[in-house]
Amino acid sequence: LASGMFSSLKEKIGEVLLPGDEFVFESEDTIFLTDNVKPERPVCGPGLRQSGNRLVVSKSGVLRHKPPHTFWMDSQQWRYVPAKAETVIGIVTSKSGDIFKVDVGGSEQASLSYLAFEGATKRNRPNVQVGDLVFAQFTVANKDMEPELVCIDGSGRANGMGVFGGGGLLLKVSLGLVRRLLAPQSDIRSDLEQLFPCELVVGMNGRIWVRASTIQQTLIISNLLQSCDTLTAPQRREQFRKLQKGGL
Amino acid sequence: MAEDSFKLSKNLLRMKFMQRGLDAETKKQLDEDEKRIISDEHWHLDLPELKSKENRIVEEKSFGPCEELLFGRLSFRGFNPEVEKLMALMNPKDEVEEDVSQMQTDVTDEEMALRYESLVGTMKKKFAKKRERRGMDEDDQNLLESNTKRVFLKPRD
Repeated sequence: LASGMFSSLKEKIGEVLLPGDEFVFESEDTIFLTDNVKPERPVCGPGLRQSGNRLVVSKSGVLRHKPPHTFWMDSQQWRYVPAKAETVIGIVTSKSGDIFKVDVGGSEQASLSYLAFEGATKRNRPNVQVGDLVFAQFTVANKDMEPELVCIDGSGRANGMGVFGGGGLLLKVSLGLVRRLLAPQSDIRSDLEQLFPCELVVGMNGRIWVRASTIQQTLIISNLLQSCDTLTAPQRREQFRKLQKGGL
Repeated sequence: MAEDSFKLSKNLLRMKFMQRGLDAETKKQLDEDEKRIISDEHWHLDLPELKSKENRIVEEKSFGPCEELLFGRLSFRGFNPEVEKLMALMNPKDEVEEDVSQMQTDVTDEEMALRYESLVGTMKKKFAKKRERRGMDEDDQNLLESNTKRVFLKPRD
């Protein structure tokens, strides 16, 4: 049924699309006599949404595809829109009763229950102060409700989430850079690995927290990361090479 | 006769003890009245019915699954060993397949057979009846205690 849809989507892979571009689903006049034959549905990532019987592009960017049938728009933006299950770096802005308010860079502050930490009980409250950084995951994120964060996974383990930060530096980069940094085969990451021992916490909301063994090294890495947004790959490699020569 | 001349009030007719004597028609009418009262008391939105449209796509709001992004905690060159352990845990690589093949060769069939060979005796003992089991035990132990008859020893005072 959706084969026409798939082929029209596949034709556009790698092309630049703009908001308002659309793909039309095939009409529903085909009736399946056997109910168990379900048509394959495309998985549409960010930037594509259904509107009536059309698939509409809602972000400008390049159409990407992952087999078997995942499509999404690769776009560059700075404004973070919370999405469920994404991990972000938040700044605790206030404590009120049972919940912390956390700034994640979205349109609204997210709420984080004090019980959503590893090992937290009603008696045993986690030690979280206003101004602390938390690495947390969204459990509720939609356009109608206040986003909600947790610092534990489904089995109650922290798994790297929770309060962190101390001796590090927080910086803001574009969302595209974050994705480039976390991609399975990332050039930036392999370049960074060459430099010196360091630690990164990368939030999908464009915040990166850096720590290295000295303040100087921390600053070098943070400057490099921030410039990566505007550098081309060869320029970046040049920068890294220069640093390696000078620093080591 | 009486029905023609006067009418009982509706509220009276609705009472439980009056239900028996009512004929089908009045009963039906009363029910309808009651239904209308109930539905009048319930609010409803005077809107055209929302068409529940079929979802033709599976929506995925996050980039994570699309681009197979890694977990957001990274440590390079052993700066934070804990995080490096976490990285290995959260970002599974193709090593899983290797593990499977290793698991297959971990215990060979022969080893397994050897192991079960020794198990047969113990399992047999388990399923044997009590009397038989005693016999088995004696088989094992009769070499040690041969014909030492147990006698009651009188305690000394």
